[in-house]
Amino acid sequence: MAISVKVMRRPEAGRTSYMRATLKGMSLTFKHLLRVKKVTLEYPEDQPDLHPRWRGTHRMEVHADGRPKCVACGLCPTVCPANCIRLVGGEDDQGNRYPIVYEIDEFRCIFCGMCQEVCPVEAIHVGQHFENAEYTRDRFVYDLDRLMEQDHPTTLLWDPSDPRSE
Amino acid sequence: MHEMNQLTTFWFWVIGGVKVLAVFTVVMAAVAYMTLAERRVSAFIQDRLGPNRVGPFGLLQPIADGLKNIIKEETMPGTSAKFYFVLGPALAIMPAVVTFAVIPFAAPLPTPVGTVDMIVADVPIGILYILALSSLAVYGIVLAGWASNNKYAFLGGLRASAQMISYEVALGLSVIAVLLLAGNVTLTEMVWQQQQLGLWFVFPLSLAFIFFVISALAETNRLPFDMPEAESELITGYHTEYSAMKFSMFFIAEYSHVLTASALMATLFFGGWDIPVWTGDDMFWHEGALIRGFDDAGAPIPATPSILITLLTLGAFCTKTAFFVFLYIWIRWTLPRFRYDQVMHLGWKVLLPAALGYIVLIAGTMLVLDQLGVPFGLLYGLVLTGVSGVTTIAFLFFIDRDRVIAGAHGMGAVARRREASRALLARRAAANPDGSVS
Repeated sequence: MAISVKVMRRPEAGRTSYMRATLKGMSLTFKHLLRVKKVTLEYPEDQPDLHPRWRGTHRMEVHADGRPKCVACGLCPTVCPANCIRLVGGEDDQGNRYPIVYEIDEFRCIFCGMCQEVCPVEAIHVGQHFENAEYTRDRFVYDLDRLMEQDHPTTLLWDPSDPRSE
Repeated sequence: MHEMNQLTTFWFWVIGGVKVLAVFTVVMAAVAYMTLAERRVSAFIQDRLGPNRVGPFGLLQPIADGLKNIIKEETMPGTSAKFYFVLGPALAIMPAVVTFAVIPFAAPLPTPVGTVDMIVADVPIGILYILALSSLAVYGIVLAGWASNNKYAFLGGLRASAQMISYEVALGLSVIAVLLLAGNVTLTEMVWQQQQLGLWFVFPLSLAFIFFVISALAETNRLPFDMPEAESELITGYHTEYSAMKFSMFFIAEYSHVLTASALMATLFFGGWDIPVWTGDDMFWHEGALIRGFDDAGAPIPATPSILITLLTLGAFCTKTAFFVFLYIWIRWTLPRFRYDQVMHLGWKVLLPAALGYIVLIAGTMLVLDQLGVPFGLLYGLVLTGVSGVTTIAFLFFIDRDRVIAGAHGMGAVARRREASRALLARRAAANPDGSVS
């Protein structure tokens, strides 16, 4: 969809009126002054509506028994363009792989969402959440427990067959 | 009835001191809240809400801003001329806060010690004092621009000086028309003459009012005449290098000028503290007695000042001043900035000759009226209103015709080129009727 360009019809030279244009402008601004509906979103009280494909703070999906769904395949740290995921994988007695260390540095992350796209078991997700301010820098490195605690809605993946997700 | 005596010397000093303190405090508070009004009105014009978090409706915002500016670190540019760098804001703010002293803001107040004029200093030179001191403000700006040793600040200072000098002329000439009609330079007398005329001077001197508003906008460096600041061209112009309270002082100075200019518009053209139609508030010191007018035989009628009248007239004055402050803000958030040559053009080639001609016209009309023996009253005012109205319409018609502040396409060469290219396109279209314009 092209950006709609409004072509202004300029008056002929010698026919322009700055008096009337000024008065018109004054009345326009006054109308806006009186307009009750404002565009300001009073943020902490009113929350913005996040788009379903908004990519924000990560979260790790969990199994019903509380284990992370991650199988430590190592795809997400490989694909991560910002190199913000640290993964040390392990294997239990039955040969199931699981993450021993799984850390995401939210400072380094560029929220491209490629970790979610690449994950074969739909474990790691980016989510519809952005309020992750902290008082210290080290709090921005989210460990596995913290990622599993997140409960905000996860990001809807882009569907090539429905490119505008309608 | 109250004893209408004038104050004794002792009480004159005491009450004078109280008035100085009170007016200074009120002006400073008004200036602080004008910054809030500016931000809120601009926000509303742009469909935003503006600062509304600090206190109810953001009413404590100016206090928070002031506190922030006081505790912020002040930077001193290493290459600046230190002494003048510090002197600049001081010189800018002093004239700004003292000019309010000669503006009467209410009818005289009866007190047990005598009738107190609601004006800090009713000096005989009145408006001349304001013109003289407000011109001094440009020294602060020029010094700040020069002492910053920064090219943008320097250009801002240069522009300020040129603009101030240009519009001082138009401002002075527009005031002369008022002086002609009022017959005096004190602002108390101007209010009195407007009460006597039965018409506010804005009607008989409509064109002078328009000139005054335009020149006052330019004098206070407000948009559309904020050439010295001109953010898009000069960063912030003369106060680019200033920070913290010194920066804030330039803003206090600017808003004090706006307040004074608004109060002046109200006083010179809208009757000052006069309440329209009602004559009960007319009051003036005439030969040592407070009078409210003259009877048919020419004998003075004593006035009856009361606290109620003082409060009502104070309200009228504040309303008028607030309206003009709002007008300032409203204009600022509507009109774009003039180009520098347009500012000079408007000042020297339009306002100066037009104001001069207008003075001649008003003086001539008044001479004719005086020769015909028309008494100073409603008829006198209405005749002048008619003459002024015709002149104003003629003037507006003249500048309405794109001859004054021409936009890009109004400039001869550009317009001709555009005209030529349009003609060329038309010829091509005629030669090539299937519509493929190459």
